[in-house]
Amino acid sequence: MMLEARQISVILGGRRLLDDVTLTVAAGEVTALLGPNGAGKSTLLKALAGDLKPAQGAVYLDGRPLEAWSLIERARRRAALPQDSPLAFPFTAFEVVLLGRAPHVALRETPQDIAIAWQAMQQTGVEHLALQRYPSLSGGERQRVQLARALAQIWEAPPDGAARWLLLDEPTASLDLGRQYETMAVARQLAQDGVGVVVALHDLNLAAYAADYVAVLDRGRIAAEGRPEDALTPERIRSAFGLEVAVTPHPRHGRPCVIPLPPPMPRARSRLERRLRLAYPPAP
Amino acid sequence: MKALMAMVSVLKTPPQALRVAGWPLIGGLAGALLVTLLFASGIGAISISPMACVAILADRLGVELGVPFTEQQRAVLLTIRLPRVLLGALIGAGLALAGATMQGVFRNPLADPGLIGVSSGAALAAVLCIRANGWLLGKSGEALAAYQLPIAAFLGGSLAAYVAYRLARREGTLSVGRLLLAGIALAMLTEALRGALIFAASDDQLRSVTFWSLGSLGAASWLNLSIVAALALPAMAWLWRLARPLDALLLGEAEARHLGFDVTTITRGAMLAATLIVGSSVAFAGIVGFIGLVVPHLIRLAAGPSHRTLLPGAALLGACLAVLADLLARTVVSPAEMPLGVVTASLGAPCFLWLVLRERGFWS
Repeated sequence: MMLEARQISVILGGRRLLDDVTLTVAAGEVTALLGPNGAGKSTLLKALAGDLKPAQGAVYLDGRPLEAWSLIERARRRAALPQDSPLAFPFTAFEVVLLGRAPHVALRETPQDIAIAWQAMQQTGVEHLALQRYPSLSGGERQRVQLARALAQIWEAPPDGAARWLLLDEPTASLDLGRQYETMAVARQLAQDGVGVVVALHDLNLAAYAADYVAVLDRGRIAAEGRPEDALTPERIRSAFGLEVAVTPHPRHGRPCVIPLPPPMPRARSRLERRLRLAYPPAP
Repeated sequence: MKALMAMVSVLKTPPQALRVAGWPLIGGLAGALLVTLLFASGIGAISISPMACVAILADRLGVELGVPFTEQQRAVLLTIRLPRVLLGALIGAGLALAGATMQGVFRNPLADPGLIGVSSGAALAAVLCIRANGWLLGKSGEALAAYQLPIAAFLGGSLAAYVAYRLARREGTLSVGRLLLAGIALAMLTEALRGALIFAASDDQLRSVTFWSLGSLGAASWLNLSIVAALALPAMAWLWRLARPLDALLLGEAEARHLGFDVTTITRGAMLAATLIVGSSVAFAGIVGFIGLVVPHLIRLAAGPSHRTLLPGAALLGACLAVLADLLARTVVSPAEMPLGVVTASLGAPCFLWLVLRERGFWS
């Protein structure tokens, strides 16, 4: 049970966003996509979700090309969470989550669908927002409501026993520190239940904490991949992000812990020095 | 996960209040529509009491109710009032339904059923037809002459919508953004052509064009009603099926696809249905503004944006309002008739403005 990108290249508006990328994601694992801005994390996620058609190569779901699956078949086993979800219409948060059950609903939602939507909201800690209008929620609350929608979509395993997949594009972007780790714990829990989770992240420590496998993207190519211990080395991080870091084992879980070592700040000038420079500007 | 699920399900069960409500609203509106239809059929130059209306209808079906009515009342109700009131209800329901659908497809509460070019294309064709009246009359038989304007308007509207559709289509997928731009550009172009034709028109033709473009139900007859019903009712019935896909589409095009809905199919179906509905109503009643824009908005304010209540609610309220507006149009300056578009816009615009200004949070 695999979700694979086989040698895919994506070209949009003349720019090569992904260049010959091959990535295999296993069910039951959390795979983190890391990399600097514009490296192609979101593009790879969109290609895996079927939103972008690669110019070369193809995405395979359980050995079959993604296009060979019907939209409804895909929807029953794969949920995706976009980076931002603007919704101008005043749905309640609960209605938004309930929409996640759409691929499983024949005519109208059964009490079981409603129970699932409710449990999904409890799992992401947003049940107290159920009757709030979605547009009135904060960015972080919206993200957790949308996560609950994705959870509700793939709440139960398909009847044929196939694997479920969850694609998350920066699910922690607007969350506070505690919520970031809570969200990743939800992702871990899902992976334990057999769901294949792919998550684009900026925070290397969050990835090291939650991911079984990481892929570091750089300018549209995979620069490094492997277990966090192997892939997150100071050299690779420096070459991808242009930042000096130290990597030490985390005191609690022993996985890599990345400590940024930015260049020293310019020395702060004293008040007297600032006044003197104002009065007697240095010669250009 | 099982342990977790068991844990959370113990914590709380979903409160029933969370269920999407709205059936009381639908029921109330259906009742209001029946009452409106009954009263509107009775009011006019010859007054018929609601009881007499019911008695005449029952008599037509062969049931004696014992309420007295005159032969004149019977003739007026069956040949004049009833087709007009029913045509008004049908057109109002259709326009509101098409408006709600387009607002869903474009994810914009300000979208109008005419946004895909139907009404502007129909208006251009109508002006063309009025300008070419003498020429066409000479060529065609009398029977066709009465229907040349509706036919031209319907074909013009459908053609404009089809052009917008072709422009928005690329590599087998339909882009909603391109559709919006194509519709706006088409509307401007047809407006300009219409202006050029009007510029060169005679005074009589100008008067017909102006009256046509303000809308009227004066052409109502059983035959016209059945033509509109044959075109619009199947489309309206089909739109019912779009309620859930449209809800998903409000989340975004990619999100709707992830939930298993084919956005191109939905948009194409919605366009086809809206073209049939708006095209047939424009053909027989001219351009009736504001119902398609305002009515869905009213339902959304009352019952939320879910299309499952929005679509039936908008259809019922649109029918009510169109019948009431036509009642005003034909009674206020009786025996003359006001254009229907004047009534809907002059009542609709202040209503709309009041709602928008009141609901500041909805917009900012």
